[in-house]
Amino acid sequence: MKTVLSVAGLHREYGKTVAVEDITFHVGPGEVVGLLGPNGAGKTTTISMILGVLVPSGGAIRIDGADLATERSRALSRANFAAVHAPLPGNLTVAQNLRIFGLLYGVQGLSKRIDVLLAQFDLQALRDVRCGVLSSGELTRAGLAKALLNRPRVLLLDEPTASLDPASARDIRTKIRAYAAEGEGGVLWTSHNMYEVEDVCDRVLFLSHGRILLEGDPKTLPGRHGKATLEELFIAVAREPLALEGG
Amino acid sequence: MHGARTGAILLRHFYLLRGSLTRVVPLFVWVAIDIVLWGFITQYLNAVSGASLDFVPVLLGAVLFWDFCSRVMHGVSTAFLEDVWSRNFVNLFATPLTLTEYLGGLVLSSMVTSAVGLAVMLVLATGVFGLSFLGYGLAIVPFVLVLFLFGVALGIVGSGVVLRLGPAAEWFVWPIPALVSPFVGVFYPLATLPPWMQHLARLLPPSYVFEGMRSILAGGTASVGMLALGAALSMTYVVLACWFFARVYHHALRTGLLARYSAESVT
Repeated sequence: MKTVLSVAGLHREYGKTVAVEDITFHVGPGEVVGLLGPNGAGKTTTISMILGVLVPSGGAIRIDGADLATERSRALSRANFAAVHAPLPGNLTVAQNLRIFGLLYGVQGLSKRIDVLLAQFDLQALRDVRCGVLSSGELTRAGLAKALLNRPRVLLLDEPTASLDPASARDIRTKIRAYAAEGEGGVLWTSHNMYEVEDVCDRVLFLSHGRILLEGDPKTLPGRHGKATLEELFIAVAREPLALEGG
Repeated sequence: MHGARTGAILLRHFYLLRGSLTRVVPLFVWVAIDIVLWGFITQYLNAVSGASLDFVPVLLGAVLFWDFCSRVMHGVSTAFLEDVWSRNFVNLFATPLTLTEYLGGLVLSSMVTSAVGLAVMLVLATGVFGLSFLGYGLAIVPFVLVLFLFGVALGIVGSGVVLRLGPAAEWFVWPIPALVSPFVGVFYPLATLPPWMQHLARLLPPSYVFEGMRSILAGGTASVGMLALGAALSMTYVVLACWFFARVYHHALRTGLLARYSAESVT
């Protein structure tokens, strides 16, 4: 099976604490996969390892076929991300940030690509505004524009709609779905909004205590575990993970 | 090595400088104040000491060379600190950027900013206080090269210290040139120093520059062998500084410090 992100036996310890325990999953082209779990489940640790800013204690990560450990630059040139905990530098304008990250990702036809993304994310009027004075919604859109600069094969989105109003959030979800529908790139999406996850994701992975507890279609998974909604299932994972283990 | 990625680091610094008076002014104000202060001191010393020794090239030239070295060091560190201040490490190191490209970008940024300081110092020192560089002859080329390389090495080490210890360790970076200056004989011959300081001085490349400078001003020549030793030491320190920074960077990747840098420690 063709994959754009392949994670095998990924493991991370902090001293005696196991943050991520031998997780294995993949993301296919055109697929949106939700990485779900309560706070402290290991989602951000997993994403940090895929982004190459945290070295795993064990396991392997391949991005579009390139091994992150041995072909770091090649692998990272095919990935990108947007995360609320890593906003764009506030002392540069939207266009300046996009140009700098475009150069770092080796984007061809950069000026044209920046114009397209500014239009796509309704940022033309904010082109020369410093990111530090943008509203949280505008900053999120600028971060997403940066995340799509290099048409990544793997797009990591860490709560991308957390600070958006419902209308803006729906607009962003539509754009991300459209990006995935082009079929080149896959998306790994973390969110605490289960309505959003059900709407956007083709498949979800529930993390609990660093392990993948459940995996499946967000529309059918709750029913398989005797829950009415994905949110109920999420709460069960957070409160009674042992009851769901093996499910 | 990918030139565009190194260029991106330089471009980032250019954007920051272009839009910020608070970044542009320090490039030349402190060195200008130093030159003016020492310019008048040398004029006063010339007046009270008679014509036996011209203090302008001895002291003002030394101040200019040392300030250049300091500006190079601060140029590298400041370009690095911009990423600390804007909490940009995750954005930056999740790109294909390699460490060599990143450090190369910091050094290029420093070349530009230190050139501004050097130009202002040259204009003031030659135009206002009559300092002439013709007397140094071709030796000025290795002088500048050795001081530049040593400044780069200090800047990379300073950046590594901040990366390892967290944003608050910025305080350690700024006084590094002042800490080093007594050992390298900026204003006095190394023979003035006690033996233990002389031993240390021989390990520091700027010592060979300032000794050479004084030798030329005394009517002699700068020792080619000593300058070559200074250059070799400088290059060695640049390599060691890069090694140190790489060690700290990989430690930050291993421990998770890079991803949670503002915490200063992950233990």
